[in-house]
Amino acid sequence: MTMSMLDRLRRRRIRRSARREAGARPERDAGGRGDAPLRPGRGSADPAAGRRPEWSEYAFGDRMATVEFRVQDEPHIVVDTAACQACPGQPCVTACPADLFTPTADGGIVFNHEQCFECGLCRLVCEGAGGDAITWSYPRGGHGVVLRWS
Amino acid sequence: MTRFDVVVVGAGPAGSAAALTAAQAGASVLLLERGPFPGAKNVHGGVIYGRVLDDLVPRWWEQAPIQRWVTRRSLMMATGAQALSVDYRNGAWAEPPYNGAIAYRSEFDSWLAGVAERAGARLVCSTTATALLRGPDGSVRGVRTDREGGEVEAGVVIACDGANSLLAREAGLRPSGSAEDFALGAKEVLALPRDEIDRRFGLTGREGAAMEVLGCTADVPASAFLHTALDTVSVGVLVPAADLARSRIRPEELIAEVKAHPAIAPYLRGAELKEYAAHLVPDGSRAVLPRLAGPGILVCGDAAGLVLTAGPWLEGVNFAIGSGIAAGEAAAAAVRAGDTGAAALAGYRSRLESSFVLGDLHRFRDVPHLMRSERMRRYPRLACDAAERLLTVDNPRPKPGVTTVLREVAAAHGARMRDLARDGWQLLRSFG
Ligand SMILES: Cc1cc2nc3c(=O)[nH]c(=O)nc-3n(C[C@H](O)[C@H](O)[C@H](O)COP(=O)(O)OP(=O)(O)OC[C@H]3O[C@@H](n4cnc5c(N)ncnc54)[C@H](O)[C@@H]3O)c2cc1C
Repeated sequence: MTMSMLDRLRRRRIRRSARREAGARPERDAGGRGDAPLRPGRGSADPAAGRRPEWSEYAFGDRMATVEFRVQDEPHIVVDTAACQACPGQPCVTACPADLFTPTADGGIVFNHEQCFECGLCRLVCEGAGGDAITWSYPRGGHGVVLRWS
Repeated sequence: MTRFDVVVVGAGPAGSAAALTAAQAGASVLLLERGPFPGAKNVHGGVIYGRVLDDLVPRWWEQAPIQRWVTRRSLMMATGAQALSVDYRNGAWAEPPYNGAIAYRSEFDSWLAGVAERAGARLVCSTTATALLRGPDGSVRGVRTDREGGEVEAGVVIACDGANSLLAREAGLRPSGSAEDFALGAKEVLALPRDEIDRRFGLTGREGAAMEVLGCTADVPASAFLHTALDTVSVGVLVPAADLARSRIRPEELIAEVKAHPAIAPYLRGAELKEYAAHLVPDGSRAVLPRLAGPGILVCGDAAGLVLTAGPWLEGVNFAIGSGIAAGEAAAAAVRAGDTGAAALAGYRSRLESSFVLGDLHRFRDVPHLMRSERMRRYPRLACDAAERLLTVDNPRPKPGVTTVLREVAAAHGARMRDLARDGWQLLRSFG
């Protein structure tokens, strides 16, 4: 039971990264803060979600659209994509809770700072993998993530 | 350049408690917060143990923005399909002095910062401290901020800037952070009508539930939690950063796994996602800074790694407040005495040692590591399997004895009775 669920999750992840490699990130386009809260499964682009009527999952873009971000123009985190090419595991790609690290065709990584939780996990796992590809800081005061219900 | 006796960086619970204490002791205090309001950047599971506030803010429960009071605490051990719970209820916890308070951090942190302001501290939001200012002898003399001309001189800087603490790093007090010393907390806030939450969790009035779950994330040693606010439920996971990276499972997938568990899904069915959030938590006794003070600087709360993690249980807000109070007292005393050198500030550590903060952290120092060991991680499954054997009536076969069941189930999990006894004893001892 548990295994099958993990398999399902893995399959979904593989599908997502396949979409990503194809250059299409349709889920990500659902920008802005939704007025109404999401009902599980509503607008889900994931076919596997329908298989479990008990609890279907949100599309990732819908999930991130529940969070307010006061985006600043210049990125507060800079990723040295050349250094990423030498990194075998690229643990930031799966670990980032906002899914902001995207592998590129040349083996590097592009980072999008706009929906960042400023949690600091990427830097930890990068250093943990022996890397120092991430120059990490906070956005300017008043910018970045704004949480209200957490 | 502006000067304050005490500059506190970060208006989380640690910072506001430090600012309030120092202001009450007569110091001039600046409280800096990078968010647009206190709490905007902050995440917890939901439960605040507020007794630490009793002296600082008398009858705090009459003014704090509390959603519910915890009257039900449970620990669930789960496998893919089974669940075994210990469920404790106490209606007396819904009355003063209370035990656990469920609150949103945006509201709670803003409230506590407001209390500090009313005591005379000056709160400035939307301002990030970007660096420490140093005197010729290397001692900390203030902070640089990202405001125009934003340098502020301080008798003492109190770094309450949370788990990533860039200031503690810059002061040389935090050895470069290691993934082994942090966990990621990721959570969803799900909306449900208030009476629906009351019905599903068996609550009335302002009663609230806090449930901790072990074992329902099969491949990763994560623990999970469900906490009820008035008309939302927080559901989330805490997963050691290094294990998360190794597993290559995404954080929201772990939450999905928790929500889909047959013992948890009925609580959440039909709920609407209101917010998704993630934050780091210092994890285990190794995350505690070896030195909590330097010349001109004190470090509190998450920034100092002062969080009690004991298996599925987590107490950080009360430890932040406790350390903030001690730092506020120590800083105000040092300023009064006109000596803010490292020796003068050493009183901070002794205050923490004689309080619950370092007392509890010391007592439970072995628990996080032990609870996460391969050996201990088999127990939720083992307990569920033993419960299944004991509770299944397969007449006409006669019932097996309890020891037979334990022996067989242990063997099926590659353990002997001797291992169970030894692990049980060790676990008991690690909890002091
Ligand atoms: C998922 C999760 C569940 C948790 N569950 C619980 C629980 O149920 N109960 C519990 O007691 N604890 C819980 N904790 C732990 C608890 O949230 C923390 O221990 C607590 O918030 C620590 O308080 P703090 O004031 O030290 O840090 P924080 O609350 O992180 O506050 C730090 C503040 O500093 C500000 N800041 C940071 N850097 C700067 C800068 N350079 N300049 C200006 N401002 C800055 C931040 O914006 C923030 O407001 C949980 C944590 C997580 C992540």
